[in-house]
Amino acid sequence: MNVLFYLSNAILPFLMALIISVALVRKVHVYDAFISGAKEGFDTVLSILPHLIGMLVAVQMFTKSGLLSWLIAQCAPFFTAIGVPVEVVPLALLRPVSGAASSAVMLSIFDAYGPDSFLGRLASIMQGSTDTTLYVLTVYFGAVGIRHYRYALKVGLLADLAGLVAAIVMTYLFFG
Amino acid sequence: MIHWIWGGMIIASTLYAAFTGQLEALNEAIFEGARQGVQVTMMLLAFIVFWLGILKVAEEAGLLQALAWMLRPLIRFLFPDIPRGHPAEGYILSNMSANFFGLGNAATPMGIKAMQALKTLSTRPERASRSMITLLAINTASITIVPSTVIAYRMAKNSANPAEIVVPALLASSVGTVAAILIDKFYQKRYGP
Repeated sequence: MNVLFYLSNAILPFLMALIISVALVRKVHVYDAFISGAKEGFDTVLSILPHLIGMLVAVQMFTKSGLLSWLIAQCAPFFTAIGVPVEVVPLALLRPVSGAASSAVMLSIFDAYGPDSFLGRLASIMQGSTDTTLYVLTVYFGAVGIRHYRYALKVGLLADLAGLVAAIVMTYLFFG
Repeated sequence: MIHWIWGGMIIASTLYAAFTGQLEALNEAIFEGARQGVQVTMMLLAFIVFWLGILKVAEEAGLLQALAWMLRPLIRFLFPDIPRGHPAEGYILSNMSANFFGLGNAATPMGIKAMQALKTLSTRPERASRSMITLLAINTASITIVPSTVIAYRMAKNSANPAEIVVPALLASSVGTVAAILIDKFYQKRYGP
């Protein structure tokens, strides 16, 4: 446990130090290189901003209007029929749309059942093993001005589904 | 497709809120969403400016090229459309490594840099190329050895063993990543280049 935390704290500064050491040995003007790379960042971020605002407004409206909860309630019987506990259904459906919202569901499961309960572990593994597809899509494609997503959303959502099913199976295998 | 999803979310939410008397909450949600967009962008600004600087140092030191050289078979399998030795190789691998080692805030800048490099290879600037979608698929499946945010939340809620989910989560995200790659290859065949 402590080793894990030590490593996760060590990785960033050591990686930086390593990159800069190699660069200095190779006679790179490291500070100039850093600044010239960092400069590109500003324009990139500015091109993402409209995409993020547009998408997050829609997601907020979708969650705060109550429509999303209603849809989740409609889907719940189907999920319970295939063995998914009803408590994590909102997490599964929110995960690809909003990372903050699915985190909130995970925390409420921790509060109600404890992080070390079966449901707490299941929620942790579901949350930890996939990413927010809509966010990744918005940021990555927004940054380079892609308008035609083609089959990207389908691949992302099906991959999420596969990841969530795998998370449920792993939780039963390890803690069931 | 994105037009219908985006428009659909807004129109359906408005109608649903009107029917259920939630219009006040909906009003707040609109500006809450816009504010979140600015907040996330500010956070990204810090990460992107910082990491693109470090990435440039790594590139000039020849480290990205070394990474691409070591893992070339992986890149050739996943991204057959990228010409051998193209800078996109190094960016993609640094993005994948950052995800894997739990450097979440580094993965996004490197992924964006990779997308920019892939765009230079594309002849149709507004259309997602096969390689771009593959990169996206790998990132949404997010294979990682340390899901650090989840561990932090578990610690905050007094878990007896916050890190016990590491191995099952790694296995689940590996299965998810393999599935993502297979699903992507399937659609590549159906849609063509």
